[in-house]
Amino acid sequence: MAKTIVPFGPQHPVLPEPIHLDLVVEDEVVVEARPSIGFIHRGLERLVERKDFNEFTYVAERICGICSFIHGQTYCQGVEQLMHLEAPLRAKYLRTIWGEMSRIHSHLLWLGLMADAVGFENLFMHSWRVRERLLNVIEGTTGGRVIFGTCKVGGVRRDIGPEALPGTLKELESIEKDAREITEIFLHDSSIKDRLCGVGVLSREDAYALGCVGPTLRASGVEQDMRALGYAAFDQVPFKVVTRTEGDSYARCAVRCEELLQSFEIIRQAAARMPEGEIAVKVSGNPKGECIVRTEQPRGEVVYWLKANGTKNLERFRVRTPTFANIPALLKLLQGCDLADVPVLVLTIDPCISCTER
Amino acid sequence: MTGIALKWALKKPVTSRYPFEPRQPIADSRGTLDFDTLTCVYCGVCAKKCPTGAIEVVRSGRRWAIDRLLCISCGACVEICPKKSLALDTRHTGPTITRDREFFTGAEKPAA
Repeated sequence: MAKTIVPFGPQHPVLPEPIHLDLVVEDEVVVEARPSIGFIHRGLERLVERKDFNEFTYVAERICGICSFIHGQTYCQGVEQLMHLEAPLRAKYLRTIWGEMSRIHSHLLWLGLMADAVGFENLFMHSWRVRERLLNVIEGTTGGRVIFGTCKVGGVRRDIGPEALPGTLKELESIEKDAREITEIFLHDSSIKDRLCGVGVLSREDAYALGCVGPTLRASGVEQDMRALGYAAFDQVPFKVVTRTEGDSYARCAVRCEELLQSFEIIRQAAARMPEGEIAVKVSGNPKGECIVRTEQPRGEVVYWLKANGTKNLERFRVRTPTFANIPALLKLLQGCDLADVPVLVLTIDPCISCTER
Repeated sequence: MTGIALKWALKKPVTSRYPFEPRQPIADSRGTLDFDTLTCVYCGVCAKKCPTGAIEVVRSGRRWAIDRLLCISCGACVEICPKKSLALDTRHTGPTITRDREFFTGAEKPAA
């Protein structure tokens, strides 16, 4: 049969955000996928010229609606590095706790979307039911549901006081129980396994050569997690990098399920070790110099490059988001797959197009 | 899955019947910005610190205005206000069909 081009996106039921793929198909098998992005570019990087470096924290947080807190945190870490500031230890622990909450809610969102993509509506609803409980905890501790707004240059803007911490941890324990129930289904249900096992295998060599990051890379057996660099309080809170060796869609799902449960443990450990003290230091002067900051988003490694010239506005700001790094791997996965598996494969890299286009 | 499905089939739904049952606000949630005309000295620091430029202060006319559609409820103005005239409430600003600024005018300054 002759080759046909099937357009996929930018509006598609499985896509939470717009990306367009031209799928060249031959007998229901995808021969090639050609991506095009650029539907939601907002020019956020250029805004550094108009917002001062303190105000820009709010913009950095709005790069992505799901990993918002870690974007704000990465930006603040960068400016602190330029200004030779050190956030107080308590602020670092709070950043760790909120960063992990962000990871849990992102992974639960992804699990729901994945259940929806494989046609498991019931499980989709249950994943988001659990996520909603976590969003309430986030709103109670930070004041916002998805835009936390608590990170600032020099520390954090809110504290989780001794009166609120036990209640928060108790609620998280209960949410963990619910989340465990959900992940058990993802890992053991036969209908999920039928759709994911052996679909879209990415070898360790390919994953590394294509520059994958995050769960996509770790599911292929490469042990790389930016949290191991020890930013925030990760140098004091022990955790093990979750990896799988199969490299298929099921492995990517399993890595996220394990990371999700691990994040609850990290929060518990961080809360137990969190010292008393200040939550922010005074910021004076303007940043000067250049720096690169790397942190681990739920979707993988994000790289920030900041250049400042001693004025209140940064000179240049650049973000390399995890989804951008994972798109080459997605194109590789799509080559030779069944047309029916395309939604699942697109979702397994957890695409976040708003981040990618900024 | 069957276990969860059966368990939840017998329970009350977690969703609420909005708008008949309004959502209970969560304490410390960042909602709409409240302004106190009595304590404000119209210094204009809030307008300077607002990251979106939603606040406008006219010192001479003792007038304070806010564009609710621009406000992102970040609380930067609340933190900086020297007289604690600003506060974030847990309720949220309602929908609107016009893009008007909301004005507050303080009483005339008593003669010294």
